[in-house]
Amino acid sequence: MNFNIITRKIGIENEINDFLDQVSRSGLVFQKGANFYLKSEYKYFDRVLADISAIEHKGDALKRSIIEHLHTKTLIPESRGDVLELLESMDSLLDRFKGALWRFEIERPEIDPIFTDDFSELINSVVESVEALVKSTRAFFTNIASVRDNLHKVSFWETECDKISTRLRTALFRKKDMRLSHCMLLNDLVRHIEKISDRAEDVADRMNVYVIKRTL
Amino acid sequence: MFAFFLTSGIFLGWSLGANDASNVFGTAVASKMIRFKTAAICCGIFVILGAVISGAGASLTLGKLGAVNTVAGAFIVALSAALSVFLMTKARFPVSTSQAIVGAIVGWNLFSGSAVDNDSLTKIVMTWLVCPVLSGVIAVGLYLMTALFIKKCKIHMFRLDLYTRWSLLIAGIFGSYALGANNIANVMGVFLPVSPFKNVSFGTLAFSPAQQLFLIGSIAIAVGVFTYSKRVMMTVGAGIVELTPVAASVVVWAHAIVLFLFSSQTLESFLINHGLPSLPLVPVSSSQAVVGAVMGIGLLKNGFWSIKWKMVGGIASGWVTTPIIAAVVSFISLFFLQNVFQQEVYKPTIAASPPLVIEKTIAQAENTWAHQINPLIK
Repeated sequence: MNFNIITRKIGIENEINDFLDQVSRSGLVFQKGANFYLKSEYKYFDRVLADISAIEHKGDALKRSIIEHLHTKTLIPESRGDVLELLESMDSLLDRFKGALWRFEIERPEIDPIFTDDFSELINSVVESVEALVKSTRAFFTNIASVRDNLHKVSFWETECDKISTRLRTALFRKKDMRLSHCMLLNDLVRHIEKISDRAEDVADRMNVYVIKRTL
Repeated sequence: MFAFFLTSGIFLGWSLGANDASNVFGTAVASKMIRFKTAAICCGIFVILGAVISGAGASLTLGKLGAVNTVAGAFIVALSAALSVFLMTKARFPVSTSQAIVGAIVGWNLFSGSAVDNDSLTKIVMTWLVCPVLSGVIAVGLYLMTALFIKKCKIHMFRLDLYTRWSLLIAGIFGSYALGANNIANVMGVFLPVSPFKNVSFGTLAFSPAQQLFLIGSIAIAVGVFTYSKRVMMTVGAGIVELTPVAASVVVWAHAIVLFLFSSQTLESFLINHGLPSLPLVPVSSSQAVVGAVMGIGLLKNGFWSIKWKMVGGIASGWVTTPIIAAVVSFISLFFLQNVFQQEVYKPTIAASPPLVIEKTIAQAENTWAHQINPLIK
């Protein structure tokens, strides 16, 4: 029976690792897909869309399994609420990456080559902020003392995203020969991408509180 | 008749089980780390084992304080302690069965005119002061070691959860054993001098009269654990559960170690044999041990001003008033039983005096006799 308990624990540890892998992967796939779009390589872009949908399905399945385990086996009763909230927040980041990629597909916005560098930089910074958050989350489960090593990086990349987004949106509206509707569409897209890092920072702030609660 | 008079001891045992099991498993059950059923079974079994195997040590000290020499007197002493515990609990004061029984015995001593063995009384009262301090120091040491271990080993949250559950269970078992060994004296100690039991053996297993009494008392404790401790566990546990489960398990370990230190004859003889200072075998309050451990961790983590000193003062005042109330209740009840119900509550013989007094009296008599027969002795 004892071995069953240990196996079950190791099982949930692996599931959480897998889930965080999916979140991290969703960022990388988003980065790859958005760059394909910016370079107008639509053939590859379609493939990436299928990939991110598969990642999202796997992430959802893992999240459901983890939640079921946590509730049915009454694991970590004192931190269960925090862990569930954390997993939900991480899942919402994954969903937002998928949503942003599908927005490219649905709206097919025309992006002037003069903006591609800024778009690319914004996408990289957003992915970096989520990557730092994933590392912090892994540390939260394995080595709580090192959570803060990566947590400050989330704020750093979020600030970078803010700067790039402001610069990019200003440039969009300053461009003379663009229709207002086109400006608004691209502005919304930039806001959508930027918000992913805002959400990551919100999760990081909450994680700070979880760490204080669990620190010995 | 003895069976009837023993009911007060059984009642005291039941209330001890209902109240003190929360100190052992309260945090674990309230935080849902251990199911109540598992906690109650483990607690019941190990309280009985602790009482029967290691219950004698603390009983000896309590017996020195006052050897209650009639069964009616023992009945009233146990009943007064139980009533004091009940009244104080009703008044929402934290109580200690150990303090109540000591107060009740002192009440009997005063009523019967027996001399209170000041050495034993001082030893017991000093232990009450030392117990929470020692528990706090042990808790701080254990907490620092545990925190360092977790930090160095980088244990996954779920694995730590598993280890903490086992730690709480093993600490609870150890604590239950120590509780049985240390606190059985409170429940059955006063009945020891008037026990009618004889030695009984089942094959290779032999049970002394004391062990038979302790078995009955510990079964009463176990029944108290099963029937009434859940509610107390949820209340007490919820009060302390603000500590992390790891800290809670440290508190239970510190409590168990302290109770064990004050009840283990083996440890005492080991320390004496190695020329080390030993701790007196005295029934101590498990509540005091828990409060001391929680305060130790609180001081370590959040500093002096994080402690609600007003609340601590309230708890400490309960510890002072409990023995006084028990002594008064015991004195008045003895008066009623003797004068209203015409029961003999003490025998006015030399046996009523505590052993130390007996030893002194015998020595004095021997000395006088020696002078009479041999005038050369100065």
